[in-house]
Formats: sequence, C-alpha cells, structure tokens
Amino acid sequence: MRYLLVARSLLRSGWLTCILCMLYALIMAMLAPGFASIENFSNVLVAMLPLMIVATGQTAVLITAGIDLSVTSVIALTSVAGASLVSGDTSPLSGSALATPIAILAMLATGALVGMINGSCVAWLRMPAFVVTLTMMMFASGFAVWTTQSQSYSELPASLLFLGKNGWASGTVALLVAFSVHFMLHRTRLGTSLFAIGHNPETALVSGVRVQWAIVIAYVICGCCAAVASVLILGQLETGSPVQWENNLLDVVGATVIGGTSLYGGRGSVLWTFFGVLLLTLIDNSLNLMNLSHFSIMMIKGCVILLAAFLDTLRHREEDR
Amino acid sequence: MNVPLLQVEQIGKIFHGIPVLTDVHLQLSAGSTMGIVGENGAGKSTLMNIIGGNLTPDSGRMQLAGDNYAPRTPRDAESAGVAFIHQELNLFPNLTIADNLFLTGYPRTTLSKFMLPRIDQRQLLLQSACLLELVGLSVSPKQRVETLSAGERQLVEIAKALQLKPRLIILDEPTTSLSFKERLRLFSLLDRLSNDGIAMLYISHALADVRRLCDAILVLRDGKVVGQGAVEEFNNDRLVSLMVGRESTQQFPQRSSQPSREIALQVENVSQPGTVKDITFSLRHGEVLGLSGLMGSGRTELARILFGLEPMSSGQIKLHGEHVSHLSVARRIEKGMAMLTESRRDDGLCMHASVESNMSLVVEPKFSRGPLGILSKARLAAELRQMKGKIQLDRNAQLKSPVQTLSGGNQQKVVLAKWLLNQPKLFILDEPTRGIDVGAKFEIYALIDQLAASGASILFISSELEELVGVCDRILVMRQGELKDELDRSEFDVDRIMHASLQANQENSA
Repeated sequence: MRYLLVARSLLRSGWLTCILCMLYALIMAMLAPGFASIENFSNVLVAMLPLMIVATGQTAVLITAGIDLSVTSVIALTSVAGASLVSGDTSPLSGSALATPIAILAMLATGALVGMINGSCVAWLRMPAFVVTLTMMMFASGFAVWTTQSQSYSELPASLLFLGKNGWASGTVALLVAFSVHFMLHRTRLGTSLFAIGHNPETALVSGVRVQWAIVIAYVICGCCAAVASVLILGQLETGSPVQWENNLLDVVGATVIGGTSLYGGRGSVLWTFFGVLLLTLIDNSLNLMNLSHFSIMMIKGCVILLAAFLDTLRHREEDR
Repeated sequence: MNVPLLQVEQIGKIFHGIPVLTDVHLQLSAGSTMGIVGENGAGKSTLMNIIGGNLTPDSGRMQLAGDNYAPRTPRDAESAGVAFIHQELNLFPNLTIADNLFLTGYPRTTLSKFMLPRIDQRQLLLQSACLLELVGLSVSPKQRVETLSAGERQLVEIAKALQLKPRLIILDEPTTSLSFKERLRLFSLLDRLSNDGIAMLYISHALADVRRLCDAILVLRDGKVVGQGAVEEFNNDRLVSLMVGRESTQQFPQRSSQPSREIALQVENVSQPGTVKDITFSLRHGEVLGLSGLMGSGRTELARILFGLEPMSSGQIKLHGEHVSHLSVARRIEKGMAMLTESRRDDGLCMHASVESNMSLVVEPKFSRGPLGILSKARLAAELRQMKGKIQLDRNAQLKSPVQTLSGGNQQKVVLAKWLLNQPKLFILDEPTRGIDVGAKFEIYALIDQLAASGASILFISSELEELVGVCDRILVMRQGELKDELDRSEFDVDRIMHASLQANQENSA
C-alpha cells in the first residue's frame, strides 16, 4: 500500500523524468563504451540545445491543450529564408555589415508569421490544432523546397554561424529562451491564462481571460522558438537546407511529453521539458555509441514516447478521480 | 393476490457525492398509467433513466411482473419489455420511417441457407405500415422522418416503442413540442394503449395533462417521494404545494439592508430568437432580484446574454447608465459584472487546477503590471489567504490542492471567492446552491445579503422557490422566454410563482 502511494505521487510529479535520466545514465555508463566521459557529456549537452529550444515553445502550446506539428517545417523554412539572404557573394545581403542581424530577424519574423497563422486558425476559426499545424507543415516544407528549387545554401558568414558553432553561445541562447518562457508561464498573466485555457477554455472565457489572443500568442512563441533553434542548427550544420530537420518532429513532441507536459493541456513546465529532452538525447547518444542502426534507435525511441504518452493518460485519469 | 407489473423498492442514486434519489418506492399494475411530477431537479428523469436501463441504481431493487429486474443497458430494458420515449426524440431524420422503426432488428430473409441474410424489404414495409396504422398515422413508411411534423415524429417514436411489444412505456415530457391538436391525438392513442393493457409512466410539468391521463400520481421532491396515490386524491393546489414543499426545513438569514432607489442595471427589450423575447427589467443598487422559471424557460440564456456569453438580436443593456451590449466578457468584468454559472464543472471552475489558480483567475489583471503583465505573486497570495478566511473555506482545504478534491459547497465558495476578489457591482448567480449541503447554502445566502448590503446588485436565478422567497427583494417569473410575472417582497407567494411558471401548459390543454 505504501509503495503504491509512493509510486502514485512519483507518477504525478515532474521529477520522475529527472530520476529516469540519472538511472539511465548510470546503466549506460556500464553498457555503452565511451558514454561516461566528460567529452561525451559535453557533446550531449550541446547536441540537445536546438531540441531544447523547439520543445520549450512546444510546451507553451501543449499547455493550452493544442499541438504544433509544423515546427520542423518552420526550421526548414526559416533556415533557407535566413541563409538565402547571406550565402556566398551574390545574395542580396552578401558582404553587408548588417547581414547577420537582418538574416536572424528575417528568420524570427518567418517563424512568428507561421505561428500567427497557426494560432489564428485555432483560436478564431476554431479549427483543430492537429489539422491546422499538420497541413501547415505540409505547406511550409513544400514552400521551402519550391522557392529554393531544392537547393541548399552554404558559404554562410562566420558571424551567423557563431551562435550555433560555439557551445557557450548556444548554451546562453538556449538558457535565455528557456528562462523567458518559464517566466512567462509562471509569472505573467499570459502564462496563467494559458494554463486555464488548457484546463477548461469555457471557464477561462467566463472568467474574462482573452482566450483567443492568448492562444495566438502561444503559437507565435512556438514559431519563434523554432526560428531560434533554426539559427543554432544553421551554425551546427553550416548549411541552410529546405529539408533541414525533416525527420525530427516526433522528437520535439516526444521530448515534451516525456518531460511530463500533458497532451490533454493544463499541465507542463519548461524544467520538465529540459529533462525530457535530456533523456531522449541520452538515449540517442548511448545507442549510437553501442553501434545500433538508425532504424533500431527509431524503434526504441518510438516505444519510449508511446510509454510516456501512456503515463500521461494514466495521470490524466488519476486526476479525474 | 395480484402481482404488480412494476415494483420499485428503496431505489437510491448518488452523483458525485450528492444524493439525487433516496429510498424511492413505486408500484404500477398492468394497464394503468402513473404520472410523475416534481420541480426541476426533483429526480424524475433520474428515476426514469434507472427504470429504462440508462443508469444503474446505487441501492434498492426492482421487479417486473414478479421477476427480478436490473437492467444494465437500455437494450436490457427493451428486451424485458420496457420502452423509453425520451424528451428529445431519438429518431434519425435522414432515414425513412421504416428504417427508424426497425433499426435495431430488421426482418431478414435469405435465398438459401448458404447465403448471407438480407433485409426483407416486403416484410419491413408491411410491418411498418401495421405499426403506423396502430398509432393512427397515415403516411407512407418510405417517407423520411425529416419531412414529418413534431407531432407525427412523436407518433413514430411511439410506433418504434410498440415494435418492441412493450409491457411498460416511459414517456418523458412527450407534449412539449406538440400543438393542441397533436396533443389530443396523442392522448387518444395513449388511452387506447392503456386499454390494451400497456402500463405507462408519464412525466410532465403540465399538471392538467397528468390529471387527464393518469390513474395514479407520484410526487417527487429533492429525490424523495412526497406523495403517491390515486389521481382523485390530488387537486392542483395540493400537487403544487407538494412539489414546492410547504413545511420549510431551510433557514434564511434576515435581509439586513434595503435596496436604494438608484438603478444599476437596465435591460430593455432584449430578444434573441429561440431563447428570450422582449425582456425588460431593471435592477437597483443593493437589490437581490430573483429570477424564477422552469428549465428551458430561458433563465440561463438570459443570464448568459447579459454577461456577453451569447449574442442577442435586439435590445439594450445598460450598467450604471452606460451601454455594455457591445462589450466582450472581459470588458464587462472590468465594468464590475460577475457571473456564477449553472454548472461548476462545465464553465465555473478548472477542476484539475488548484484552489489558488482558480481563485486568482478573474482578479489577475488587477495584480499585474506593465505591458508584459507581470504578476505580483506576493500581493496576490496575501489577498487569496484573506479571502479564504472570509468565505470560511474548509480548514483542511489547501490553496495548493486541486479544487476537485473539495466538497460541492467548498467548490462553490471558490467560485464565489474568485468573483468577490474583483469586488463586483453586479453579480449574476445561476443556481448558486445546486448540489451543496444545507450549511454551505446558509453561508451563501448570508454572503448574498452582505454583498447587497455593501451596495452590489444581485440577480439570483434558482429553481428552488423556497430560497428565492427567503432571500430576494423582488422576484421575476419567466416562461417560454418571456417575463410573465413580477412579485414584490410583500406579495411573495410560492403558489403564484409556480402557477405563473406552469400556466401555458395548462391553458392549452384544458
């Protein structure tokens, strides 16, 4: 009986994933060669930063009981939008002193615009978030390939690559994003509105919450986060490509849910998302070190995410009692 | 000795900890008709749903013709010979009459035993025509249901019930959407069925109909049987007084203040097709105005229109002389409006969220600064603790615990607290005491009085006439979307209110 109680309270708390991360790291330190080294850990930490930033934005949207499936296409679209302005010697801004800031601003604006369209469809037109963002993913990836005619952009200015190439710079950006979103969620009216909307949009409306505005802003934040992540990815890969990060969509939603943010809305935290991202990245890293194929890693990650979604459902049912 | 067709013993049902039926007994013999009457929320529909297999009782037992009867699904009830005709008709308008009649069991035929069976169209039409003739409806069974009038659909619904060869038919408010003629036609059919030995349970607010159709009457109040007997034992006045409850068990605090002369809320000719029609009234500072009416009379819809949750097609709403008709809910709240909704679960609370976050939801704008809306958590927390004491929330309830874990009364106090923090000038209360215990009810009445004494205006909607009479300064009665009567405190009379709410039904059927 006491064990059951402990298990229950652990299931409810967001620290479950933190404990799982530590246990997993301990086990893998014994199984995976080269896992327990400072070099590998710093690799893991740097590798997880873009995912961390995208998942932070996703957290804000999931809290409203929505979902944003267009984030990876936003990464692809913004990466070509930014890179096409500054790559090589013949692009519109090549050689200009303002090239890097303008490119980054363009990327953020693109992300915000996509988020605004997503949010407006969900909030004002009351369309299901799933359909809106899924079709947006289709459109944005199609658009990215179409405008670039499937071409990638390399030869980018060093100043643009710096944020993604330098681990400390990337870390600072990620911390800044995570902290701002965390602050927004827990210390501002917008944040409490988002939680209320996720719990019960009718109650929120009756209580005077500007439900539609809040939803639009959540999607804009999510789009902007994807754009920021895109800047870091640009630096890591040194290329802007219209298929950038194409295969990472499930990682984003998966990491957020593994962290304990609920697909049913009303529950979530950026700190939990951090642990979710860490666990997923650790799994990726350790299995790579054990020389497992890409596809077997996919299978394993799929199982882990399914399990996390199952836990989420358990928690939700538990709350209903 | 004669075994009764249906025997119900000590049936009880509890929803979310609130007893809705307690110790209900009834006996019905074959071929007789029993009318079930009671106010909204008296438990009529719950009782019928238990007999019809939609709900299972928490205690008690039932017997049908001497056999144990414990249906777990409507299908169980049907196969035992109990048919339920719901208030909202359960027909598929896009299908033909014949399809609707036999949807759950088509007559089948097969060419040889090696082939799959198919629907026997000839039999289907033949049997349908027979059933339609039985209920006296002369239309083709191939006609789609959507082409029929409300009264004809009701007859199809009965034909569908007859197809199951029932011993008992339950009718829940079958006449609400019928014209006078259709009603007479229905009654003569029901008389015929009764002569054929089919027993019926008949729920209705139209007391005259009940008296005309039924042999016996059962009166429910607050989930308990308060009267049962042959129809001759009850005249209308006795029925009404049984339904509303003469002997007062409830206590009300003395009203401690007088309303001022100044008008706070002015509602002029507010109409919305299908819900409310031409509503005009005013509400003064410090006044508690009751709004009475049956379910579906438009009370809740009117409240939602006043608060900006539903649109209105014409009319004006003025708060302190200022037009608010075009404002959003959020802006109306800024102007001092507040609304406690009918259902805590649906739109009153975030059930999974904490007491704290529920309480602070409305007042947060006042505790946030700057364009980013940064919250002053410390100031807000202090305010919340103070409010928790003021509304006397259960001492075991923590601000951090989910509001779901609280009792109904404490949950309602959280809703009140969330609005009180914003110091409302006009408070609309829609059924504020529904499903809460007597002690908490008294505290809520006291709170209403205090609010009025401090100058706020209150619109108090309730199905319980007792509490309206106990708490209000003035009462408005609504029926079918219109205001039908207005009573000052000196004229308060439960029977007059009940009659005003019921009148239409009686006029038409008398």
